[in-house]
Amino acid sequence: MNGGDEVVAAPVGPPQPLEWKFSQVFGERTAGEEVQEVDIISAIEFDKTGDHLATGDRGGRVVLFERTDTKDHGSSRRDLERTDYPIGRHPEFRYKTEFQSHEPEFDYLKSLEIEEKINKIRWCQTANGALFLLSTNDKTIKFWKVQEKKIKKISCMNLDPLKAVGNGSVASSSNSVCSKSYLANGGCPDKSSNDFSFPPGGIPSLRLPMVTTHETNLMARCRRVYAHAHDYHINSISNNSDGETFISADDLRINLWNLEISSQSFNIVDVKPANMEDLTEVITSAEFHPTHCNTLAYSSSKGSIRLIDLRQSALCDSHAKLFEEQEAPGSRSFFTEIIASISDIKFGQDGRYILSRDYMTLKLWDINMDSGPVSTFQVHEYLRPKLCDLYENDSIFDKFECCLSGDGLRVATGSYSNLFRVFGCAPGTTEATTLEASKNPMRRQVQTPSRPSRSLSSITRVVRRGAENPGVDANGNSFDFTTKLLHLAWHPTEHSIACAAANSLYMYYA
Amino acid sequence: MAMIEEPLYPIAVLIDELKNEDIQLRLNSIRRLSTIARALGDERTRKELIPFLSENNDDDDEVLLAMAEELGVFIPYVGGVEYANVLLPPLETLCTVEETCVRDKAVESLCRIGAQMREQDLVEYFIPLVKRLAAGEWFTARVSSCGLFHIAYSSAPETLKTELRTIYSQLCQDDMPMVRRSAATNLGKFAATVEPAHLKTDIMSIFEDLTQDDQDSVRLLAVEGCAALGKLLEPQDCVAHILPVIVSFSQDKSWRVRYMVANQLYELCEAVGPEPTRSDLVPAYVRLLRDNEAEVRIAAAGKVTKFCRILNPELSIQHILPCVKELSTDSSQHVRSALASVIMGMAPVLGKDATIEQLLPIFLSLLKDEFPDVRLNIISKLDQVNQVIGIDLLSQSLLPAIVELAEDRHWRVRLAIIEYIPLLASQLGVGFFDDKLGALCMQWLKDKVYSIRDAAANNVKRLAEEFGPEWAMQHIIPQVLDMTNNSHYLYRMTILHAISLLAPVMGPEITCSKLLPVVINASKDRVPNIKFNVAKVLQSLTPIVDQSVVEKTIRPCLVELSEDPDVDVRFFANQALQSSDQVMMST
Repeated sequence: MNGGDEVVAAPVGPPQPLEWKFSQVFGERTAGEEVQEVDIISAIEFDKTGDHLATGDRGGRVVLFERTDTKDHGSSRRDLERTDYPIGRHPEFRYKTEFQSHEPEFDYLKSLEIEEKINKIRWCQTANGALFLLSTNDKTIKFWKVQEKKIKKISCMNLDPLKAVGNGSVASSSNSVCSKSYLANGGCPDKSSNDFSFPPGGIPSLRLPMVTTHETNLMARCRRVYAHAHDYHINSISNNSDGETFISADDLRINLWNLEISSQSFNIVDVKPANMEDLTEVITSAEFHPTHCNTLAYSSSKGSIRLIDLRQSALCDSHAKLFEEQEAPGSRSFFTEIIASISDIKFGQDGRYILSRDYMTLKLWDINMDSGPVSTFQVHEYLRPKLCDLYENDSIFDKFECCLSGDGLRVATGSYSNLFRVFGCAPGTTEATTLEASKNPMRRQVQTPSRPSRSLSSITRVVRRGAENPGVDANGNSFDFTTKLLHLAWHPTEHSIACAAANSLYMYYA
Repeated sequence: MAMIEEPLYPIAVLIDELKNEDIQLRLNSIRRLSTIARALGDERTRKELIPFLSENNDDDDEVLLAMAEELGVFIPYVGGVEYANVLLPPLETLCTVEETCVRDKAVESLCRIGAQMREQDLVEYFIPLVKRLAAGEWFTARVSSCGLFHIAYSSAPETLKTELRTIYSQLCQDDMPMVRRSAATNLGKFAATVEPAHLKTDIMSIFEDLTQDDQDSVRLLAVEGCAALGKLLEPQDCVAHILPVIVSFSQDKSWRVRYMVANQLYELCEAVGPEPTRSDLVPAYVRLLRDNEAEVRIAAAGKVTKFCRILNPELSIQHILPCVKELSTDSSQHVRSALASVIMGMAPVLGKDATIEQLLPIFLSLLKDEFPDVRLNIISKLDQVNQVIGIDLLSQSLLPAIVELAEDRHWRVRLAIIEYIPLLASQLGVGFFDDKLGALCMQWLKDKVYSIRDAAANNVKRLAEEFGPEWAMQHIIPQVLDMTNNSHYLYRMTILHAISLLAPVMGPEITCSKLLPVVINASKDRVPNIKFNVAKVLQSLTPIVDQSVVEKTIRPCLVELSEDPDVDVRFFANQALQSSDQVMMST
């Protein structure tokens, strides 16, 4: 069956499987380089146009990338140069800027350390050429504005003309002279205006400062801080299509904010039981519908997705729709509930489908069909016999993200050993690709039929690093629990995926 | 530096600091922009300062906000109304920044300037500005433009008017919800300047589009427009165009839309006239009073009185009163609380008989509500019922409610009821008060919470004012003075505070004979805090009592305290001595 999918799929309706190629890598590790904990990427997000990409890391930093290939699009010379290539251009990004979004904090009242790790990044509406985004750690959401700022040079002052011509450092000293003299003489400024009667034509000897600008500098400014609204750890933030509100979700509650008001938020979902011992289910992820301002979906640790309608009531305790899969009788085990927990949900761009990721599978749901998922994709079925080990080393609680392509025809998610998988979800397709986050993504091409999937093809490969690897199973499949690909994002308009392998950001196109 | 003469120095500094690195100094300079303008003169203000400010558009928001505000009143400094147009460019750039409060201020200033500009200047400068903003690349400019149409429109020639109306209707269909919200917010203002003929056609079709917007936030703002538009239209047009919209809004899927309707509905009653009110608006309102969503019921309940005032009593009794009865036992305490805060106002509307028969039972049940806010809200409006039915009918139920609130375990509830005691005292009269409430007032002076003791001290003063010194001599002073020997110094301190408040009300004679000895006695207290408070109280008593008393009693006591071992006691004693010296010198 291996490799057969492509041939079979070709002639009929479903789109051709994509052939993924390496595009770029940022922060690639050199051999033997130790990864610093703070450099590990913890969030990836494309903006709506796909011209910008943001990553957040465990050190609380946000790094922005901008697309470079669109600028020279249409130049005939380049087109000619590229005639050899069948596909042509693909999205290319370059480093734009970075800033420290969150710092480690300590909550003295609760004796709690608050990590600076960025949990989620969401882009907001661009205005006046400035970029806006929301970033959050466990407790605090911040609203950032990133803008080109002119570096100003001021000359032609009324006072200290000699000093004012100097360079930057001198300029600041001249300022201090100014403020001193101001305090001395202008101590009561009201007096000055009353004392003189200004001549009708004004005073000719007074001059306005001259401002000259030479270069610009990218500046990130924190515009608002939305704090103290979550007792538990924030797992998601999501913007509303109205451009004015957003939600933040923690384990038990979802709050609604106005972007312009940081002092209050409204609690719209609260699943906290009166008695915490009755707690059986927590919120794991939440997202607004891309176009319906009143629809919101959230997932739970029990594997269900609830769709709520904000119009129905102020406190949305009752859901409008519930999506969950009935478990097959007899298949229940100790791990059933743990692996059912949904780690991420995403709406497709048209808002019709919701993609969810649990530990073993990706599921695609149609919001008009709550009887079960439209499709289920096995991500790493070969791990099923090893759930016990994964439980022992806590890997079973890893939170993998998922994403949909802009056209909604494909979905992707990560796995262990820096692998990620792309599945076709158009009717009839059996596309299922496994890629590795490295410069040669196809090198461990494991062509597995997406469903039904039972055992892995017997692929014998030398394991990447060293011969001794505890994660090699009888078939020689390697899986390395420590290199997990949790975060990835699909470009909103093109076939391009950005994914994080530890501290490196890999980009692929097809 | 040689160029600047000495007296010009401050103003020179002010100008330089327009570009200082310290934002506080920049802000200071911007706030004194008018001084700078006067120093430069009209012409240089127009040719140099204003262009300089126009380029200064990437400063911090605080500075931009201050600049937007200053420019709004800058016409005198640029040479009067004929030069007002030079102020438009800097404000135009401020209209495009992304901080909402800066944009709003810039729009406000532009409106202020536009209202003063000459007609030909409006056509030449202001209207093109509005059009530029409305066609802006970023949504921020388009948002701002919506707030300027009502200034631009009336002076525009006919062709431009048509164009402006078209542009406005395009703004109402903008891709960005922010722009549509701004257009919806400003529709009422714009409509007020549009000719009646176009009002019925263009504006109404714009309005209809907004009411069908798929963003809830836009529809919400369209509801607000209903009342404003309704008042502009003839009653029959209002019935034909606005009424169906509001009735369908009152059944909107979104509770936030219904919430807005509940808040606004009473305003429409006048616009549509009595008959449609009876046939359409009353049923709509009744539905809102029985809405599924508590937030909607809260809004509706809060408007019960306003709505009933517009209706005639029969309609109120027939349709609204049954709902009020239901709301008084609503499951949401906030609904009951909102009802309690306005229900007293219904008494004058319904008249005495209906009040006694129908409203009284509701008052009584709300007075027994388990939620203290509900009871407090009833008590706070007691004077309104008193005017209609007299207090006697209520007093029997009132007392237990008050006592319970007075002893509530939340100090904020106790604080709230203390605030109403003087009102209650005036409504209930001396007799009732003496019997039942006097003891409570004394009890609060010994509360565990400082704010309550503080309020209680203030309360006895207000009671003394209400019932007069003679009554106070009998019912307040002895009890208060009794407490001076309390074993806890904090309570003794409260009494000192009460004495200082009571003294001006009681007059010099009683102060000297009754209050002063107690204070003097307290100066022997073993706690320094009491002693320096004695010094403070003595200082406040000095102007009230006779000069001889100051000499004979107060000053010796202060002199003694000024030699106290405690530094704070000495400090306040000396301060009091100094102030009494000043009083003596001035007399």
